[in-house]
Amino acid sequence: MNSDPIIQVKNLHKWYSGVHALKDVTLDFRRNETVGLVGDNGAGKSTLINLLSGMQSPTEGEIFFEGNKVSFKGPADAMEAGIETIYQYNSMVPTMSIARNMFIGREPMKYSIGGIGILDTKKMAVESVQAIADVDLHLRSPDALVGELSGGQRQGVAIARAMHFKSKVMILDEPTNHLAVKETQKVLGFIKSLKTIGIPGIFISHNIHHVFECCDRMVAMARGEVVLNKRVEDTNMTEILEVL
Amino acid sequence: MRRPSNVPSNDTISMKRFFKIYLEKPELAGLVFLAILTIVFQARSGGVFLNGVNLQGILGLLPEVALVAMGVTLLMICGEFDLSVGSVFALTPMSMAVLLEAGWPFLPAISVGLFVAMAVGFVNGVLTVKFAIPSFITTLGMLFVARSLTVVISGGFPPLLPLNVIPKWLFVTYVGPGDMFRVSFIWFVVIAVGMTLLLSRTNFGNWVRATGGFLPAAKSMGIPTKRVKIACFMICSLLAGFAGTLQVMRLGAPLPSIGEGLELQAVAAAVIGGTALTGGIGTILGGIIGATLIRVIDNGLVLSQVDANWFKMALGALTVFAVILNAWLRKKAKSIKVETGK
Ligand SMILES: Nc1ncnc2c1ncn2[C@@H]1O[C@H](COP(=O)(O)OP(=O)(O)OP(=O)(O)O)[C@@H](O)[C@H]1O
Ligand SMILES: [Mg+2]
Repeated sequence: MNSDPIIQVKNLHKWYSGVHALKDVTLDFRRNETVGLVGDNGAGKSTLINLLSGMQSPTEGEIFFEGNKVSFKGPADAMEAGIETIYQYNSMVPTMSIARNMFIGREPMKYSIGGIGILDTKKMAVESVQAIADVDLHLRSPDALVGELSGGQRQGVAIARAMHFKSKVMILDEPTNHLAVKETQKVLGFIKSLKTIGIPGIFISHNIHHVFECCDRMVAMARGEVVLNKRVEDTNMTEILEVL
Repeated sequence: MRRPSNVPSNDTISMKRFFKIYLEKPELAGLVFLAILTIVFQARSGGVFLNGVNLQGILGLLPEVALVAMGVTLLMICGEFDLSVGSVFALTPMSMAVLLEAGWPFLPAISVGLFVAMAVGFVNGVLTVKFAIPSFITTLGMLFVARSLTVVISGGFPPLLPLNVIPKWLFVTYVGPGDMFRVSFIWFVVIAVGMTLLLSRTNFGNWVRATGGFLPAAKSMGIPTKRVKIACFMICSLLAGFAGTLQVMRLGAPLPSIGEGLELQAVAAAVIGGTALTGGIGTILGGIIGATLIRVIDNGLVLSQVDANWFKMALGALTVFAVILNAWLRKKAKSIKVETGK
């Protein structure tokens, strides 16, 4: 495993009609690191993630993925490149089944014309069962509606989905929000396991303990700027609380 | 199979199963209504309701309402409304009739008519997604615009359909055992099957459900939600236009007033068939069942020699009742979590 940057952002700015949400952010995300992103409400964490995941485009600045400059037109581009994002709000459709959710936007098809075609529902069922088992989640059936799952289970399915599509980078924006202690532990365990399977992660949380527990590098943001960027062993809780 | 340690009683299991089935088949309640009403009307009309002549009447008219209901159902599942379908129902055949009167052959004339329908849907869709306004408003505007256009192009006098150029055998002639239905019914069945497959078996259908079910999630998974919505608006409009064309060919004259109030009947049909107003939930079959129910109530009341003015009352009551029932069932079903092994 090497320490090349997988994602580099250079002088990134984002304006939302009058709000300067991201101010000149320059950062490297390395292949062998899980990065913890912390900061107050409105610090610009989600904004940075939205730019990396193609949800929005930067007002100014550049993003490099595996050394190449990229400008994602939408989430599909970023997903295609290998950036999987699990969003702050749930990125699942509650009224649809687990199998359907697993493949939204990337449905396997038996045949298709011009991008529209007949679903391979069998493959969807088989692969989603496998994907869910792979993240050590036990669900009875891939046909259960996501709306029937608990918050932790949903997050588990989101993670299973990201894993299934062989992401190169996994971004998790407050994945433990609204989760009970036990389910939180499960998600944290998963984030730790990313390192062992060699997938770099970006983990956003308001719980600094959690970030210290799972991450190799701490990046703190305040008012749209990066105010701290250190390996976990080179910093501590007090320092981080001070800069925020 | 691992058994849970605290085995629930048979009662709660069957309740759970019932709610689960309901969630997967939201059109069930409508189907039950339909069965009950059929029995009631059959009894009250002394057996006339299900006899050949009466069924012929119901089945002959059904495709027109059901096609509109299907489109509206699809659009509602996608999270949008279309109040302009009643006007498109009139505008499409009027466009065709005006061209036929001007001497155009049938095929180009009907093509232009259907193209007009799709264009209306396109405008509805683009206005709705580009300006992020509720489709309730855009299509309410279109309801007036399209109706007005219909009257204007008719020139005040509805043109006469040159009956000799219309291939009646392809649309309105009676076929089947005992002339049970019109050719339009075959069109309807084929389109219904196609729409059902589109929604349940294609990736496009998956996107429609995701878009209406939870828009932010659909967007974040890279689905072109705006284009999906515009496509649904266009399909909805096209079906309404085709349905209107069928009606005009059946009647033989394009009246500028046809289809008035149809938009609300279509919404009622969708809702009675289990489509959620909030999007994401519903089936094409549900819309058809809803439309059938409406036709059955209309027809059954007449047969039972009830004052025809009770029709709207019955329709209104049923719609509200269906929504309340669906909301209640959904809430119940939601409170049941799936069990996990450990
Ligand atoms: N779509 C948007 N339109 C306008 N302003 C926005 C938008 N998204 C974010 N902002 C603004 O940008 C700033 C940064 O927001 P952001 O969501 O990135 O913060 P955050 O660090 O993720 O906060 P939280 O911890 O609360 O999630 C805030 O001032 C916010 O109001
Ligand atoms: Mg955020």
